[in-house]
Amino acid sequence: MRKFYTLLSREVRGYFHSPIAYIVLIFFLIVSGIDFYFQVSFMNQRQVQYTVQEAFFNSVFFWFAFVLIFPLITMRLFAEEFKLGTIEPLTTAPVRDWQVVLSKFFGALFFYLILWIPTLLYFWIFARIANQPAAHSAGAYFGSYLMLLLLGMFYLSIGCLTSVLTRNQIIAAVISFCAITLLFFLGLVQFILLDVTSTTRDLLGYFSAIEHMGTFSRGVIDTRPIVLYLSITVVMLTLTYQAFQSRKWRL
Amino acid sequence: MIKVENLTKRYAGQPAIQDLSFEVSRGEIMGFLGPNGAGKTTTMRILAGFMPPSSGRATVAGYDVFEQSLQARAHLGYMPENVPLYSDMRVTEYLNYRAALKGVQHRRITERVGDVEELCGLKDVKKKLIGTLSKGYRQRVGLADALLAEPDLLILDEPTIGLDPNQIRQVRELIKNLGKHHTILLSTHILPEVEMTCSRVIIIHKGRIEACDTPDNLLGKIRQAGGVVLEAKVGKDNAAEELKKISGVRDVVTDGEDEWKRFSLRVESGADVREEVFRLAADRQWAVRELTQRRATLEDVFVELTHPDQI
Repeated sequence: MRKFYTLLSREVRGYFHSPIAYIVLIFFLIVSGIDFYFQVSFMNQRQVQYTVQEAFFNSVFFWFAFVLIFPLITMRLFAEEFKLGTIEPLTTAPVRDWQVVLSKFFGALFFYLILWIPTLLYFWIFARIANQPAAHSAGAYFGSYLMLLLLGMFYLSIGCLTSVLTRNQIIAAVISFCAITLLFFLGLVQFILLDVTSTTRDLLGYFSAIEHMGTFSRGVIDTRPIVLYLSITVVMLTLTYQAFQSRKWRL
Repeated sequence: MIKVENLTKRYAGQPAIQDLSFEVSRGEIMGFLGPNGAGKTTTMRILAGFMPPSSGRATVAGYDVFEQSLQARAHLGYMPENVPLYSDMRVTEYLNYRAALKGVQHRRITERVGDVEELCGLKDVKKKLIGTLSKGYRQRVGLADALLAEPDLLILDEPTIGLDPNQIRQVRELIKNLGKHHTILLSTHILPEVEMTCSRVIIIHKGRIEACDTPDNLLGKIRQAGGVVLEAKVGKDNAAEELKKISGVRDVVTDGEDEWKRFSLRVESGADVREEVFRLAADRQWAVRELTQRRATLEDVFVELTHPDQI
């Protein structure tokens, strides 16, 4: 376990040693800040049925920033080690492959969670200035951030898999961007299929990140997406582990 | 310490090493010698547990490098070729990280890192970013890393490549000293290095072991154990023919465009023909400016084994 923590801390520090972390942090702060500003000023102008917190987590801005950050966070994970050759000292040290894979995944997850910390401040500032809560209940915060965690794990595990498949960071980023975007739009197909009773429509609805976020940000905790995202994350990490091990046979 | 049996590795069907078998016992410094692409790095990577062999078996400290990879890796310190390092870390930070990764006890890490920094001459640069270090210092960081966990066995892939002559001398001294407590397998293509540091040498060529012996025995075995070089002004005499008549001389090669000619005499092993050559030269009144016996070096052994046609 100690080796896992050693690897994990190296991963997390690795993010803050590289400019990409700061670029992602700043980009994300700007987009989420704009998002929050627009939602609040929009609600200032007319009467709406939802809260600031719901609006924030369900806007176009939010999803735009959301889909973009994952390739940036995960592209370097394995690809960089392969490229620089540092995979050699790493895997000839007495560490297990799963320790390496999990430390990279949780390192990325840790960085991803750091990205979200400033958003807590938005709601606090709003509550202080507007003298009203940003959400209708504490459960709505919990639901939104739980969904963020689940979606984060899901998309980061896809990013891990694409990074382990290549030694080129750009290729890893492009593949994971395509995969994540495709999965994201899969959930949008249900809005195109106009046949209201179609089973395909319902089926695709199960994959809709937008719909899940809508539910969770109202404070409704549905177990189905939880199972879905956790299980796909496990599958993706297993595949990553297998792909990582396969380097021995491909070399 | 190392036991290798019929080790073979193929890359996409092309054999990189074929049927290697050798043993390295505790306390030995084994030199691994061969031209580029001979399979040195492949063999070392297999021993270090970086990749599995296609067939055959290798054990390190009694542990199979593939079946019991973790235990085997815990017993060795490996310095890969070109020393890949995280350029965004500082030297001490990196060594601390590696020590923890190698399972050095938490309270001993600072002490061990201090020790290896001292040993490898890294004290001056310990706070520097690895990315800003020169090749020589990177090389030393790699060596320090290999030494961290006080492993029984050190596997060093080209430890002196890219160093300047002073640094090479330092590293060579370091390796010699390390050999008192560690078993070392090192690869190189710098021959004097092997002659000076290694107790045994494996010469590998095209993935096969061509020779495996002590440096002295290898020199003894070589077909032409040295020879005699004569540089003289011989005028119009057919000196080469006359030199060849001396008993013990097998062959004479003549060089030199101007009146000074250089004759390289290949002699039968053990024979010293310098006296006869001197008498002949005195007799014919040749002006001599050099007459030396050339000792065979490992370079000769190496060239003979890896390029037999060039002799």
